[in-house]
Amino acid sequence: MQTSHHLLSIVTFLPLVGALFLLFIRGDDASVARNARNVALLTTTATFVVSLLVIFGFDPGTADFQFVESGSWLPGTTISYRMGVDGISVWFVLLSTFLTPLCILSSFGSVEKRVKEYMLAFLVLETMMVGMFCALDVILFYVFFEGVLIPMFLIIGVWGGARRVYAAYKFFLYTLAGSVLMLLALFAMYFEAHTTDIQTLMGHPFPESMQLWLWLAFFASFAVKVPMWPVHTWLPDAHVEAPTAGSVILAGVLLKMGAYGFLRFSLPMLPIASAWFTPMVYTLSVVAIVYTSLVALVQEDMKKLIAYSSVAHMGYVTSGIFSVTPQGVEGALFQMLSHGVVSGALFLCVGVVYDRMHTRDIGRYGGLSERMPRYALAFMIFTLASVGLPGTSGFVGEFLVLMGLFEVNGWVSLLAASGMVLGAAYMLYLYRRVIFGKLVHADLAEILDLSGREIAVFVPLIIVVIWMGVYPSTFLEPMHTSVATLIDNVHLAQAGRGGLLAAALR
Amino acid sequence: MIFIAAVFLPLLGSIIAGLFGRQIGDRGAQIVTCALLGVSAILAVFIFNDVALEGHNALVPVAAWIQSGNLDVAWSLRFDTLTAVMTVVVTWVSFMVHIYSVGYMSHDPSVPRFMSYLSLFTFAMLMLVSADNLVQLFFGWEGVGVASYLLIGFWYERPSACAAAIKAFLVNRVGDLGFALGIFGCYVLFGSVQMDTIFHDAPGKAAVILHLFGFDWNAITIICLLLFIGAMGKSAQLGLHTWLPDAMEGPTPVSALIHAATMVTAGVFMVARMSPLFELSDTALTVVTLVGAATAFFAATIGCVQNDIKRVIAYSTCSQLGYMFFAIGVSAYQAAIFHLFTHAFFKALLFLGAGSVIHAMSDEQDIRRMGGIWRHIKVTWILMWIGSLALAGIPFFAGYYSKDTILEAAWASGSDVGHLAYVMGVAAAFMTAFYSWRLLILVFHGRPRADDRVMAHVHESPAVMILPLLVLAAGAVAAGWAGEDLFVGEGRAEFWRAAIGVLPHHGAMENLHAIPEWVGLLPLGMALSGIALAYGLYVFAPGVPALLAGWFRPVYLFMLNKWYFDELYDWLFVRPAFRLGIGLWRGGDGALIDGVGPDGVAAATRFLARRVARAQSGYVYHYAFAMLLGVAAFVSWHVFNAG
Repeated sequence: MQTSHHLLSIVTFLPLVGALFLLFIRGDDASVARNARNVALLTTTATFVVSLLVIFGFDPGTADFQFVESGSWLPGTTISYRMGVDGISVWFVLLSTFLTPLCILSSFGSVEKRVKEYMLAFLVLETMMVGMFCALDVILFYVFFEGVLIPMFLIIGVWGGARRVYAAYKFFLYTLAGSVLMLLALFAMYFEAHTTDIQTLMGHPFPESMQLWLWLAFFASFAVKVPMWPVHTWLPDAHVEAPTAGSVILAGVLLKMGAYGFLRFSLPMLPIASAWFTPMVYTLSVVAIVYTSLVALVQEDMKKLIAYSSVAHMGYVTSGIFSVTPQGVEGALFQMLSHGVVSGALFLCVGVVYDRMHTRDIGRYGGLSERMPRYALAFMIFTLASVGLPGTSGFVGEFLVLMGLFEVNGWVSLLAASGMVLGAAYMLYLYRRVIFGKLVHADLAEILDLSGREIAVFVPLIIVVIWMGVYPSTFLEPMHTSVATLIDNVHLAQAGRGGLLAAALR
Repeated sequence: MIFIAAVFLPLLGSIIAGLFGRQIGDRGAQIVTCALLGVSAILAVFIFNDVALEGHNALVPVAAWIQSGNLDVAWSLRFDTLTAVMTVVVTWVSFMVHIYSVGYMSHDPSVPRFMSYLSLFTFAMLMLVSADNLVQLFFGWEGVGVASYLLIGFWYERPSACAAAIKAFLVNRVGDLGFALGIFGCYVLFGSVQMDTIFHDAPGKAAVILHLFGFDWNAITIICLLLFIGAMGKSAQLGLHTWLPDAMEGPTPVSALIHAATMVTAGVFMVARMSPLFELSDTALTVVTLVGAATAFFAATIGCVQNDIKRVIAYSTCSQLGYMFFAIGVSAYQAAIFHLFTHAFFKALLFLGAGSVIHAMSDEQDIRRMGGIWRHIKVTWILMWIGSLALAGIPFFAGYYSKDTILEAAWASGSDVGHLAYVMGVAAAFMTAFYSWRLLILVFHGRPRADDRVMAHVHESPAVMILPLLVLAAGAVAAGWAGEDLFVGEGRAEFWRAAIGVLPHHGAMENLHAIPEWVGLLPLGMALSGIALAYGLYVFAPGVPALLAGWFRPVYLFMLNKWYFDELYDWLFVRPAFRLGIGLWRGGDGALIDGVGPDGVAAATRFLARRVARAQSGYVYHYAFAMLLGVAAFVSWHVFNAG
């Protein structure tokens, strides 16, 4: 279905229109803040509604890009404005547009200073995220991919916690360092293939020796974004210092950009190198799962704990992608969606008590179940989803990934599956220390349960978590054709030229 | 339709009680959950009649679930005789426990939450037993695990309850890891996780080799072993049993329902369900036999010296599950399920009876501080006797039929491991009778050892608690002789049909009649001597137990401390995990990665910048000197290059 209308552009740039409105808001502080909040909420909700048209109009029967748009951008070059989605990217557009309004809504009570600028940053961020998942030109992709950094850097650096500047710089430097290498790789690809069109590049056979270098350059960028062990240390700091909504987007969407890059660039464009480096990816993924799970076990800061758990969960994603089996890749995609919702929700859970008590220290809590039964229920559901309980979203992705891995390598599957035990350990231990036990801290005695606004934030998340767990077909269906085509192409390329590579490397 | 209703009504009850508990109140939550489960229990009887007795198997598709590549998993309910038996057991025991809980939990502040959890558990258990594919079985499997976690930790103010809840979940997860890998193995081998496909294709793949974890395995053997690890976790077999005694932190109705009658038997059910697969691997069956026999024996030794009334019964459960497993190991699946069936009644009865005792003794659980209360709670006393008679395998009570069949089948299997299992089982039967009567005597007979305040308060439980006990007692008396013919007797082939697959050369069940007479009589003789010994030690010579404990102090301590499994695991896994976590965090992330990485680079940059900044001294001659040096270097480079 090649439609000519501009649906994807509308979804991408609608938030910017809202941002434009924000710029013209004038008046006293209180009314500016109120209006800014409302405009932002309205815009992002409208964006979500429009983005639903994308999934409703999506044809799961084809692996081609859909809703393709194309326009000239930089005349005289091959670089152009090309947008489109396939079964791999379409859900990420939805994930971004779904989480952003919830983030805006959750910030209503917690962000008091520079509200207008805060909302502005979020709207720009949404445009960048959606654009990145839709871009079909490498340069356009790069612009969005890097553009995401700027609003996020500001959100952490301006509205963050005490060590926000350190965290923001760490975040920025880490991710930028990788990105520079990716830019070089993009140039190299351009000089080799004479095009910047992603679709054309996917079909271009890059020479083996070049693939290895290109792959490493991309890997440097994507691995930082995922983040994979050992380049993950920016994440805990960034999360701890970021405001709640920043953490939600960071964990929910930004972490998916690296894995999306693997699926969009590394695997289809550099299949031989991907096969060559698969053992390394497995190793790093397994180390990430075991190592960060153990580290998560001993954290005293709630946000840090969940940040480390994100690294572990993304270990499933990266290993699943490189298993190049239908279960592995679809499981990885599903795990990304699930993790986006669940870890986002967990950060919101932390935000709820942080807004009340202004501490994330686990030891300062305990016995909340007494005063906050609704909160305890919501927290429990997301905890169980994070643990991968069947019937919640977390199970389907984890299970499929492990199954895909088992088909190709029993050891990797076994070691990755140890995350099932360790994940349960740190999450239940966290839950026990925060929610269970006696209410001993006097200042918690008057703590209030979820407000109406907070319930409005959590209910959609709970519905999605259960939906994804009980009827995942809704989400898996659109992936099938694209993933199957991707895997076929990768296997074809590997079968055709793998022998040559082996010979070249000998 | 009745199939779907029977399974999903408890879920409905759980949701109503859980979400709207505040609106409908305690009474409302009790009525809703009990009523819906009651309907479900009645439907279960119809299902049993239709499926098991009249032979109409059913497969009810519900909805699509996970579809990816060739993997196609749907929500659907599969009813054959095995499922029908389990459905009856689960719904009825659960129904009785629901009603009992109305009385037992009446003073608790969170009644709706409790009822909701109980119903949630029942739903998950029903999904487990009615699964038609391994992934749905896994759904129920994990679902009962969570319900168990929630119920063990129900009194969340107690640190010990929270710890026990997490321990139960984690130890089970270790088993589940094996289970999950077993499912993956099935998918790799059969290209499906559908039970019918697996059972149909299995005989043709008996010799397939699977390369896994660096070894070449017989594919079916490794799959069975992995699945069995899952069963060991859920059914608390030796090595993965440590969570079960601690699970007694939960309210007593929970212990009766989950940790005695139903959930812990899920492992037995699963292996019986997968019998067409296990039959093909003698290695796997041998392992099952050995683990089962070892557990039956080991748990019984611990049961003999424990002092907490619930822990004695918990170890007894562990031991009885061992019987069921070694029955499976010798291919006497029918006997295993028969014992599961009778055990559900008398063990639930014992637990609920223990709850009644605890209730009467003002929440005292230590049997050393009980005694002489039979006069005050006569109904409970009689019921506990019935339960113990059934457990010890005294003729005409339920346990006699099922346990004897298991032991005879173990002998009749004719294999060495079968004979070993028989010996261990008979030894365990002796200890079972001993600890049962030790418990009865210490709790009900002799001199009262509780203080006057407690004794003055001893009272019989209300009717709402006694009635379910009577129903269970009826089962403990009658389930054996009523079920014998169907489960393990002449009618068994027609009763089970294809629900259980046994290869012809595994003849334990066929050879039951061809065994020497003493094989059948020995267990009874041992049970009677166990009872006699208990009387001897605790009635006629009450000083002797302490003396024995003194003489054999190391042995006594070893048993009292549960063979030091908890200490071992704590030392081996728990503490290293935390130490490693801290080490990796501070050393790995902090010192190494950050130290060399971003912080190191930043520090190096700052250092360089300071050095460079020092050069900017502002003195002209400094700059001039630097320029001169530069020019000199530049010129010499050119000269050398040119030359």
